Amino acid sequence: MTATTTQTADRATAATVEFRSLRREFGATVALDGLDLAVRPGEFLALLGPSGCGKTTALRMLAGFEHPTSGEVLVDGEDVTRVPAHRRDAGMVFQSYSLFPHLSALDNVAFGLRMRKVRTAERRSRAAELLELVGLADKGERYPHELSGGQQQRVALARALALRPRVLLLDEPLSALDAKVRLTLREEIRRLQRELGITTLFVTHDQEEALSIADRVAVMRAGRLEQCAAPAELYGRPATAFVAEFVGTMSRIPGRLDGGTVEVLGQRLPVDGDVPAARDVDVLVRPEAVLVRADEDGTARVAATSFLGAAVRVMVRLGDGTEVKADVPAHEGAALGLGAGVRVSLPERAVLVAERRGE
Amino acid sequence: MARLKPWRWAVFGLAALYFLVPLAASVVFTVDVPGQGLTADAYTEILSTDGFGSSLLLSLELAAATIAVVLLLLVPATVALRLGAPRLRPVVEVVCSLPLVVPPIAFVAGISTVLKWGPDHLSHTPLFQTFVAIQNPDFPFVLVLAYVVMALPFVYRALDAGLRAVDVRTLVEAARSCGASWPQALVRAVLPNLRGALLNSAFLTLALVLGEFTVSHLLGFTPFAVWIVNVGGEQAQLSVAVSVLSLLLTWLLLLALASAGGRSRTTASRG
Repeated sequence: MTATTTQTADRATAATVEFRSLRREFGATVALDGLDLAVRPGEFLALLGPSGCGKTTALRMLAGFEHPTSGEVLVDGEDVTRVPAHRRDAGMVFQSYSLFPHLSALDNVAFGLRMRKVRTAERRSRAAELLELVGLADKGERYPHELSGGQQQRVALARALALRPRVLLLDEPLSALDAKVRLTLREEIRRLQRELGITTLFVTHDQEEALSIADRVAVMRAGRLEQCAAPAELYGRPATAFVAEFVGTMSRIPGRLDGGTVEVLGQRLPVDGDVPAARDVDVLVRPEAVLVRADEDGTARVAATSFLGAAVRVMVRLGDGTEVKADVPAHEGAALGLGAGVRVSLPERAVLVAERRGE
Repeated sequence: MARLKPWRWAVFGLAALYFLVPLAASVVFTVDVPGQGLTADAYTEILSTDGFGSSLLLSLELAAATIAVVLLLLVPATVALRLGAPRLRPVVEVVCSLPLVVPPIAFVAGISTVLKWGPDHLSHTPLFQTFVAIQNPDFPFVLVLAYVVMALPFVYRALDAGLRAVDVRTLVEAARSCGASWPQALVRAVLPNLRGALLNSAFLTLALVLGEFTVSHLLGFTPFAVWIVNVGGEQAQLSVAVSVLSLLLTWLLLLALASAGGRSRTTASRG
């Protein structure tokens, strides 16, 4: 609570956050179904998942706006489950524009300091300092309706940081912005977070956003944690079929298990990770790992192509009707017209398999 | 100002005639006394007539008390409704609209029946003193209670419209995460953004109380509207003069309220 004297730099000890078997029911629906997750000090952790997976509920529990049916929330090892929201020491940026419309940008940032009874002169200088930090030093006298969406979220970020919170909570702060602003602001958030070394939780449903800025990404589904790992690991070695398909693009190609290997597209490849019990499985492949070669005798046909810049994404329909997405370099892709015969193969590497989905 | 098309002028003119002709007729009636020519006697007489100041003051006091009570009652209620129990909204809306459906005569009949319980059944209980106190002719609080009920439909609608325009939940949560307690969040973050709605509620309640006749007359009190009618029975010219004056007075009060609210709003939105 002594947020008044220290300076921005001396954040030697960032906080840890821990969710312990959090459970939350809203009537018959279960929003969180035993969530366990630990956030390291100073870490930027993204909570990723489809809408309704409980990621926002988890964040709001850390902020103190929701209360768990059972389980606990720990900040720095301390149980804060019963602490009211205004004593949680957590700065939050909301999805919708949440600035106080009746206050100028400067007064918005200074709002928390006013609640803490900081003297006027001190809080104005501190607020000005924070506005400078988010690059809006000259916009202090503007009112929210005079600011663009991106500027409003910057002010909201400055406001969230004003009390030097132990954790920073970002609830899809970029989803209301247009694509270009979204990119610059997310880099800026990342830069600020590194500079301040503040433990940060970032909720998003956009997997690209999560992979590009987080230290670790926690993928959630139906109120549970599926996998929590660094972006590269999440993409390269997804723990479950859900993660594999939610993060990045995945195609499913039917194959047949045979011991530790799988027979697919006429090839025999080793299986990576857990081997399911069933013999009929789907092999999960990323588009960049699928090799497509023009071949008039091939049974596969090009069903659609879309130009992505450096590559062309080709949708190939196999003989049995399965659709496979493949990325081919732009100069090769030019040769693959609609309906052209192709041959599809996989590189000689271990592949992920999942039980075949019942249609 | 936007350029007005001819047909707009026509409509505007008709409306102006509809409002201004009776008003002008009233004014002429009060100043043009047959046989004496133009005179302002009717107006100067008002001030010396017994009861003008006291009844007007009573009405203003009643209006102030009604505004305070109805806002204290409905602001927390509508905010709570929005945050905690959105499903109860239709219920509250219907309840708040009931006073529009119940005629004032029926309403006042009910009130006087209840007031009679005082002497009839409660004379040996401490509650009797309460019944006496709320009927104190110097400040009949029972009228405030009645006016609060009568103002409910207007105030509820004004507040509801105001709350619709702001994202109350996000504002409260933003304030809470900035270290504001519940009451602080309400006062510092929500109320300032309801300024327009609060002013509208105050306007409507003020106008209602200044013009209310049925309830106060039948309960035997003499606020401004009742006094005007009483005076009119004796001197027609005087009563019309008072009506004109009360109309001007209400306008002035409304303008004062509007400019007080409007000024701080324009300074607030200036960059």
